[in-house]
Amino acid sequence: MSKDFSWESAAEIAQAVESGQASASSVIDAALARIEKLNPELNAFTTVTAERARAKARAVDGGDKSKLPLAGVPFAVKNLFDVKGIPTVAGSKINRAHVAAGQDQPLIERLEAAGAVLVGALNMGEYAYDFTGENVHDGPSRNPHDLTRMTGGSSGGSGGAVGGGLVPLALGSDTNGSIRVPSSLCGIFGLKPTYGRLTRARSFPFVASLDHLGPFARSARDLALAYDTMQGPDADDPACAQRAAEPVLPLLDRGLDGLRIAVAGGYFKKGASTEALEALDRIAKASGALSEIEIPEAARARAAAFVITTTEGASLHLDRLRKQANDFDPAVRDRFIAGAMVPATLVVKAQKFRRWYREQMLKLFERYDAILVPATPTTAPKLGQVNFTLDGIDMPVRANMGLYTQPISFIGLPVVAVPVPLKPLPIGVQVIAAPWREDVALRIAHALEQMGAATALRPNL
Amino acid sequence: MATDTLDDFITTAAAALNLPLDPAWRAAVKANLVVTLQHAATVAEFPVPDEAEPAPVFKA
Repeated sequence: MSKDFSWESAAEIAQAVESGQASASSVIDAALARIEKLNPELNAFTTVTAERARAKARAVDGGDKSKLPLAGVPFAVKNLFDVKGIPTVAGSKINRAHVAAGQDQPLIERLEAAGAVLVGALNMGEYAYDFTGENVHDGPSRNPHDLTRMTGGSSGGSGGAVGGGLVPLALGSDTNGSIRVPSSLCGIFGLKPTYGRLTRARSFPFVASLDHLGPFARSARDLALAYDTMQGPDADDPACAQRAAEPVLPLLDRGLDGLRIAVAGGYFKKGASTEALEALDRIAKASGALSEIEIPEAARARAAAFVITTTEGASLHLDRLRKQANDFDPAVRDRFIAGAMVPATLVVKAQKFRRWYREQMLKLFERYDAILVPATPTTAPKLGQVNFTLDGIDMPVRANMGLYTQPISFIGLPVVAVPVPLKPLPIGVQVIAAPWREDVALRIAHALEQMGAATALRPNL
Repeated sequence: MATDTLDDFITTAAAALNLPLDPAWRAAVKANLVVTLQHAATVAEFPVPDEAEPAPVFKA
């Protein structure tokens, strides 16, 4: 019987394929079989590209594998990434009428050039305006640790597919927390890089000034491996930095020595559940974070991100709202219609505040290398749960699961969400670094993993 | 904005923007607009100098 690769890391799979212990074809066949078996429960995949994947695996097996750091590694992408030959639905009904994409999204091309094999596209909240992972058209993504609970969103299928062992690597997008929230609820690692680091060309947008793409994995090393493969400029994304790749893998094992790490209190502890605070405390102790600081005006930063999101999103979808309003998820439609009505004067105020807030955060990074805050206020809510209680106040889950992620992506800081293996459900902590210092966040995440403080636990599936 | 004024604003804005507004959606649209305007007011009350540059695209 062939080896079970379902909980192996991308690095281990690539090494097995490169050394001839396993063929890429056998790895991909096993991944496809596991997807077929478990996807009816997890609802992570909306499209499985089996034929394409088998052809790519054969090509990997037939070529020189010695220079392919991701040889035979199966991966999948949130369905807002262009995948050649299928329409980019972005979780919507409306986009199903779009013509099929003519070319893959560039990050798919870069991963496949390194030997990785795309096996499909993943479920997501409609047009990424979501923190739950529930989709009215495709059904909800289900949490691998408890199928009655949410994955978090909007990259819900990405969280479920990696957390459920269907693939070791997935890509998603994060505008306000859509990588970090599902990473937290599904108990896996997620990287939201610096704004402008990874190209967003040929992905369906949401909020141009806040959109990021990034990877999910079950180890910090796999995040680093994928991230290094995907870095680099791309003229097709105007926001993508003209900045050469800065590989992080060689720096991963440097440990915590010399790093100044702080915990942010105030806003980031208000409303946090017992579990979120316990996870933060464990990570703070393990990483030697002695200081507690306050990020100035974090609540206002979240408010400004909220305003920019709803108005830019409404602008993107204005024509569709006029012509096809009944084809939207009603919850998304009603938020966008409201967003379309917000006066532009208030949006410019939010953008002005954004620059002020960025300056304050950069000052904090003169004193600290990394800041720790919870990733989500709670562990995974039940599917269909509309409200939860934070700090004694009932709030909608859909809009508030990203309370702690929004003030960070608002100014594009790099973050690794690390999973803390609480029972019965995991929850994540954000390791936040200065702009372009993904190496610091990943190095801390890796050290925490080595200590056992952060671990992606295998669910019983 | 007072709630009754907001009702008038929603009617006028929907017409001006040529947006459909089914009566069944109205309560949810209004609830979302109330929350967004509260957030916007929180931001707008923060003093920034006249010379402050907006940051439509973050650059590190």
